[in-house]
Formats: sequence, C-alpha cells, structure tokens
Amino acid sequence: MTQTATPSAADTARESAFEAVIADGGYIEPKDWMPDRYRKQLVRMMSQHAHSEIVGMLPEGNWLTRAPSLRRKMTLLAKVQDEAGHGLYIYCGAETLGVDRHELVDQLHAGTAKYSSIFNYPTLSWADIGMIGWLVDGAAIVNQTMLAKASYGPYARAMIRICKEENFHKRQGYEICATLAGGTPAQRAMAQESLNRWWWPSLMMFGPSDKDSPNSAELMKWGVKRKSNDELRQRFVNLTIPQGQALGLTFPDPDLRYDEATDNWEFGEIDWDEFWSVVKGHGPCNEERLEARRAAHDNGAWVRAAAEAYAAKQRAARAAVAASPRETRRRS
Amino acid sequence: MTTAPNSTPATPSAGDSQWPLWEVFTQEAPGAAHQHAGSVHAVDAEQALQNARDVYARRREAISIWVVPSITICASTPEDVGPFFDPANDKAYRHPQFYKTPRGVRVF
Repeated sequence: MTQTATPSAADTARESAFEAVIADGGYIEPKDWMPDRYRKQLVRMMSQHAHSEIVGMLPEGNWLTRAPSLRRKMTLLAKVQDEAGHGLYIYCGAETLGVDRHELVDQLHAGTAKYSSIFNYPTLSWADIGMIGWLVDGAAIVNQTMLAKASYGPYARAMIRICKEENFHKRQGYEICATLAGGTPAQRAMAQESLNRWWWPSLMMFGPSDKDSPNSAELMKWGVKRKSNDELRQRFVNLTIPQGQALGLTFPDPDLRYDEATDNWEFGEIDWDEFWSVVKGHGPCNEERLEARRAAHDNGAWVRAAAEAYAAKQRAARAAVAASPRETRRRS
Repeated sequence: MTTAPNSTPATPSAGDSQWPLWEVFTQEAPGAAHQHAGSVHAVDAEQALQNARDVYARRREAISIWVVPSITICASTPEDVGPFFDPANDKAYRHPQFYKTPRGVRVF
C-alpha cells in the first residue's frame, strides 16, 4: 500500500500486474497494489456518490409530512431510508481505500466535496416526488448498472446491492407520475409542469459531454467506468421517452425526434452554462442543502454522545459482573 | 482504528467515525453460510448489530447477522499469494478428475 516517489523496477512490475488485471476485466481488491492516482480517483468518485445519496434525502424528505396518503408516506419514508443505506454502503466501500468516513463527511460539510447537482433543485410540488423516482432514480439506475461492473471490487459490490433496491424507487416514482397523469386536469398539469422542470437537470446527471469530461478518459482506462457519459445519457433518453409517452406527457425539447437509422431518440442541446453554474455552487438550493446537512449533523451530536455514554455504562457493568465473586455470578 | 470510547466529541464532526468499525456477515437462508455484506461503525456490539440490521437487512436479506470488530480480522496478503497457496498448486490428485475409471463403468 506504500508508494515511493520514484518508480523502481518493483513498482513497474506491480504496475504492469495491475494493468494486466484491468485489461483482463478483473477486479482490484483493497489490499492489492494500485496506482496512487487510481486510489485518488476512486476516493473522489465514491465519496461524491455517497454524498449524493445522503444529500438526495433532503428534497424528498421535504414532502414526507405532506404526502397525499398513508401509502405514499410509507413508501416515501422507505425510499428515503434506502438512500441513507446506499450512502452508507458507498462510504463503507470508500473506507477500504484508507480514508475515514468522517474525513469525507467533513469535506461535504465544508463545501469542498461535490455531490450530484440534481439535488440542488427544489421540490416545489408533490409531482416532483414522482419525477425524482422516475427520472432521477431512473438515470441513477443506468449509471449504477454500469458501475456494478467497476474494476474496484468494493465499489462494484456496493453497486450490485444498490441496483437491487433502485428498481423499487423508480417504480414508486413512476406510479406517482402515472396516477397524476391519469387524474384530474389539475393533477395532469402538475405532472407536466414538474416534468418540464426536471427533464433537463436529469439529463445533466450524466455529467459533462465526453469532450469536456476531464476524468472520464482515465476512469474508463481503468475500468471504473465502462461507458461514457454521452453513451449513458443516450441510453437513459431511449428508455425514458416511451415511458413518458405512455403517460401522455410531453418532453420540453422541441428537437426531440426518433432516428430510425440509429434507433436513438435524438435530443436538443443541453444548457451547459446552467450545468456548470449549478456544479460551481450557484444552483437554486446549494446553500440550503449544505446548511441542512450541517444542522442535521450538529443536532445529532447529543444522540452520538448518548450512544457512547450508554456503551461505556454497559462495559462498566459487564466489568463489574466479571470481577464479582463466582457464587453471585452463577445464578445471575 | 483506535477508539476513545468514553470521550465526548469535541466537535460535532468528530462524533461518529471515531467509533470502531465492524465487519458484517449475513446469512440469507437456513443452511446457507454467513457471507460478508459490508461494514458499520458502532460504539459496541449491540449497536453494531442494530446498525447492521438497518443497513444490510431492510428487505429480509438476512435471518442471522454476525458483527466482528474489523481490527480483529487477520487476512492473507496479496504479496504472499504465491507461496501461501503454493501447497495446493501441485496436488491435482485431490480432485476426482485425477483418477481413471475403466470404460463403461458408472462410478458416480
């Protein structure tokens, strides 16, 4: 796990062994030698991913108390709980790279770590909860299905676990969209207005276009990513358009058209200025999200302190029992 | 991986992951082996079990859970993989395919 600044013959040998595993489509495990840059890229990518799951609870949590029925509230609560679990799976994977979770969480709270920009958009109506499940989780599934084959074993395993659960999220959201789309004119309008707001940010979830993505080439070379941002985005569009059409909803893109030659749904140009602006912290909710995360952490301090105090008390009680004479212990 | 179990966190951010790391093993069904699922941070074994249940068994994925302090796990190292597993490499006779049976005889 240690690395020297100047490459020696041993380093070169280890590097070629590493490259051979990657070329063979194999897996790298925590104790295997890996280039420093591979480790750094994974920590960056996995921590961003974990942060996204955690921050992603906020826009949905906004509607927990106002869900329109008990069924909707129950399922949304379960979904939000899953997102917490997904964050923990990935933090746990990231920790195998030699970082501590609290370092990563500190970076999030300090505003120096990134998370998916989609969560910097507000949830203004109940339909937004449907759109998040259908579009945002739908996009996440496309991305994570690829990452389930990532070359870093712990990341791939976390993704397999997550992918099994994401389908519930997507269907939960699509059911909300379908219900609204098949409802009163007002409900239908609510669904359409929500789709109009979420469509383009959902496409931006796949990141910059391949030609502007500085990390993509390296991540693909190392088999962390197996498909490019643009390929994944196209796949998502192809899957999603028919689902929207089935609901009788329209997509806010005048250039959208089906190309029979390529079998693709061609779509218009993404507003990259908006994309970079939100990435750089100027989205509608960037500050609100970070503030909510910091407050949640600070307000939970007493719970953590209480858990530690309780554990210490239990330990002391066990020690007292162990130290007591055998006669009194036997019957207790 | 060292812990200071009795200390109150000095800052809010120091609170959670000074806690020890536990590896989680889950058994999916009766008769199945416990398999590694991931890890959790927890103050003690009891909390580690509860956290493991909440993180790794929200959908009845487990009927039994083990939690083991991560620092107590000893593992073979990738560097020693050759010499360490070498004793098995030249013992093809531990596999049934090594043995010849007369033609036409069904042994199994």
